[in-house]
Amino acid sequence: MQLTDLTMLELAAKLAGRTVSSEEATRACLERIRQVDPKVRAFLRVDEEGALAAARASDARRKAGSPASALDGVPLGLKDIFLTEGVETTAGSRILEGFVPPYDATVVRLLKEAGLPLVGKLNMDEFAMGSSNESSAYFPSHNPYDLSRTPGGSSGGSAAAVAAREVFGALGTDTGGSIRQPAAFTNTVGLKPTYGRVSRYGVIAYASSLDQPGPMARTVADTAALLQLIARHDAQDATSAAVEAPDYSADLEGGVRGLKLGVPREYFTEGMDPEVEASIRETLREYERLGATLVDVSLPHTKYALATYYLLAPAEASSNLARYDGIRYGQRAKDARGLKELYALTRERGFGPEVKRRIMLGTYALSAGYYDAYYLRAQKVRTLIREDFTKAFQQVDAVLSPTSPVPAFKLGEKVDDPLSMYLMDVFTLPCNLAGLPGLSVPCGFTKAGLPVGLQVLGRPFDEARLLRIARAFEREHDFFLRPAPLQG
Amino acid sequence: MPVSDFQPVIGLEVHAQLITQSKIFCGCSTAFGAEPNRNTCPVCLGMPGVLPVLNQRVVEFAVRTGLALECTVKKTSVWSRKNYFYPDLPKGYQITQYDLPICEHGRLVIDTPQGEKVIRVLRIHMEEDAGKNVHDAGGGQSLVDLNRAGVPLLEIVSEPDLRDADEAVEYLKAMRDVLVYLGVNDGNLEEGSFRCDANVSVMPKGSSTYGQRCELKNLNSFRFLKQAVEYEISRQVDVIESGGKVIQETRLWDVNQGVTRSMRSKEEAHDYRYFPEPDLPPLHVSDAAIDAAAKALPELPRAKLQRFTSQYGLPAYDARILTAERPLADYFEACAAHYADAKKLSNWFLGELMRLLKEEGTPLSALRFTPAQLAELLGAVDKGTVSANAGKDVLGEMFRTGKAPSDIIAEKGLAQVSDTGAIEAVVDDILAKNAGEVEKYRAGKTQVFGFFVGQVMRAMKGKGNPTLVNELLKKKLGG
Repeated sequence: MQLTDLTMLELAAKLAGRTVSSEEATRACLERIRQVDPKVRAFLRVDEEGALAAARASDARRKAGSPASALDGVPLGLKDIFLTEGVETTAGSRILEGFVPPYDATVVRLLKEAGLPLVGKLNMDEFAMGSSNESSAYFPSHNPYDLSRTPGGSSGGSAAAVAAREVFGALGTDTGGSIRQPAAFTNTVGLKPTYGRVSRYGVIAYASSLDQPGPMARTVADTAALLQLIARHDAQDATSAAVEAPDYSADLEGGVRGLKLGVPREYFTEGMDPEVEASIRETLREYERLGATLVDVSLPHTKYALATYYLLAPAEASSNLARYDGIRYGQRAKDARGLKELYALTRERGFGPEVKRRIMLGTYALSAGYYDAYYLRAQKVRTLIREDFTKAFQQVDAVLSPTSPVPAFKLGEKVDDPLSMYLMDVFTLPCNLAGLPGLSVPCGFTKAGLPVGLQVLGRPFDEARLLRIARAFEREHDFFLRPAPLQG
Repeated sequence: MPVSDFQPVIGLEVHAQLITQSKIFCGCSTAFGAEPNRNTCPVCLGMPGVLPVLNQRVVEFAVRTGLALECTVKKTSVWSRKNYFYPDLPKGYQITQYDLPICEHGRLVIDTPQGEKVIRVLRIHMEEDAGKNVHDAGGGQSLVDLNRAGVPLLEIVSEPDLRDADEAVEYLKAMRDVLVYLGVNDGNLEEGSFRCDANVSVMPKGSSTYGQRCELKNLNSFRFLKQAVEYEISRQVDVIESGGKVIQETRLWDVNQGVTRSMRSKEEAHDYRYFPEPDLPPLHVSDAAIDAAAKALPELPRAKLQRFTSQYGLPAYDARILTAERPLADYFEACAAHYADAKKLSNWFLGELMRLLKEEGTPLSALRFTPAQLAELLGAVDKGTVSANAGKDVLGEMFRTGKAPSDIIAEKGLAQVSDTGAIEAVVDDILAKNAGEVEKYRAGKTQVFGFFVGQVMRAMKGKGNPTLVNELLKKKLGG
């Protein structure tokens, strides 16, 4: 067994027992990256020097008997959407090529303070817009379980790196499913916390009212431990919740006996892959065997979620991305004559097609004369979607569904069909619109060996219960042990 | 139709920079005149990933202003984004308030030749300022200074209740006085911390439908406001007179040419794509906060002026000058508490004190003597301890040294001589030395009386009590 096969908590135990050093663990990650990343292509940038320096500092703390946190010394990867002081950050876009941030995102600061070596920046769909990692301006990442397939998106690089055991865990962001869908595609656990649970300060914005950073790891327990480090009120984020974080690991093994789990009928309709559906049905039966009660619930406005999302998210994105104008940082069209041409050429060359598509959609939706028909109406529907969940949670403790209607698809398969790509997010989007926590946990494999994920949605700030529900299943079916078939 | 057949209609949008220590959404300094881009941080530079955090002081100032202008302060208001591209706008949008501003429906009273007039205030909202482009700084380049980006502003929008350029100027002056009194704005037009846009239209007299309006941007002095509005009125009348139509557009006042000039027409107008700012939750202001602000509201310039005329019996002219600035009014009242004759006090303020303050360039806050000491000096003049003229010298000395008036009078020997015997001796001496003049006087040429007074005062180095000098001279010359 290689060092990189350990889970975060297993490694943390060895670090605590000082049978392994953080430097060894970090070097093992760097070596694993050298071996497999040419195939997986999860990393945009590896910060070998920074990671090793942090690892040595961690080892010094261990030696002095004063570790900074439970995960002090555990190497981690970051989606390239998190600003890292002194380390280039591009959000997968050409327009930010060469941009070296002068400050750390709040979560990056928290991780550094907790002593975790940050190994590098992980690939992503440009500005987090995409469901397959193919809209990265640099290259697509590959699914470690089938290199011809996508690892999902937009946190595809994070998911691929965790699945390929290049890092022990990673942070992603989830605007419409960007943590959960890639987690489902790569046999990993991904958690989108309640909106406001984790600070967005220093996270490059896509759609501000939907974006939420969260942990990605190989086990539920690792996910809980990682969430523990970043779930914190932040005075620099006005939408950050002043809600104390509980101990997410305390009740992980509490089981699901007596819990009522909702099965939304709108999520089990046409279009679902039969193997995915079979796997989810089997998972639901397992929950019944474990003592939970399944309750049929209705989320009647689900059918509007996709349209609502694809008005609101692009609207906010069109505004959030206006700052990339070539004036102060990033790439600038140097041959432009005049101001208007400077803007036009810089943005024409700097943004990829998916980003341009969404900027145009959003600009249109906010335009005078269309605002009421599109943006305002979408906000009203968003309220209805949120109320659907509020009503459902009066009956049940959590809602279960597939994370994605299909397993990982082939790279190139949907690139030219944005609408079918958007449909990939149909089960994950409502959670973001409602600001709720959502989690994806591995729940099986297709015959072709592609992972399937179960989505668990909960009440605001109920992450601990979601983790407990996921853990109950994971304990019975340790799919996480099944490694990606990568030859080193 | 001549201009006099038209009725101008004017509304003003006042932009007032709030005198907070830090910017509206970050901790950067708002100090004027710093080295370019010195007062900046990732937040006000609009770096990727940054988020705004509201400076609560800005809300306090907005509430205070709203209450002073008799507005309804909204308990819930909403931040919006106004989207447009410009190099001095780092985020590509300005955070402002749009359809749900913090204050609505207030009023400001102004004086017009026809008497008092109420100008309705439509709304007050908070927003961040943009930076500044510096063109042709060298090598034909344009540079950007973002020190001002994120400085908090209040925008106060009037209803179109103003009817000529003089009313517009009156309104702007009254608004400035109120904001400065409230301590929310420094009223500095030169540095651009108080400026306005004017919406101007004309309609035939008697009409009830407003004409097409034009917006005049960035008027940064009372004079420019008057000139620009007057020019614009006559321009619009000319357009209509010559059979044309006024088109809705934004115009700039060209200071050098003395004309307004088209900046952009309605067709080129921006679509700002306003929408609620997702990075800031709706703003809630509690009843307690509004009550506290209402209790802490100072007496406003207009009320103070009225009280100065009624309570102190001062002429309107005096009261206006004394209440023009809050520190002067406060100081006057502090002195009046020690000295009963308000008019006499006012004379000293308007004459000597203001002259000294102006000559020495000293702010009132730096005065070295107390209101009680000033009152003491005036009392000494009343009692004849010191002459009015010498009193002025004493005040000058108090101003420079902060010494007590009694000490100065003693040290400099300025005490007035009221000793009848001493004065009589001098009078006798002068009369004896000028027998010829005495003859003339007694022969009926009473004009020479002033000559004797002057001689006696000169001999006494100005310290002779003038009343006694006069009395004694009259008695001796008559005798």
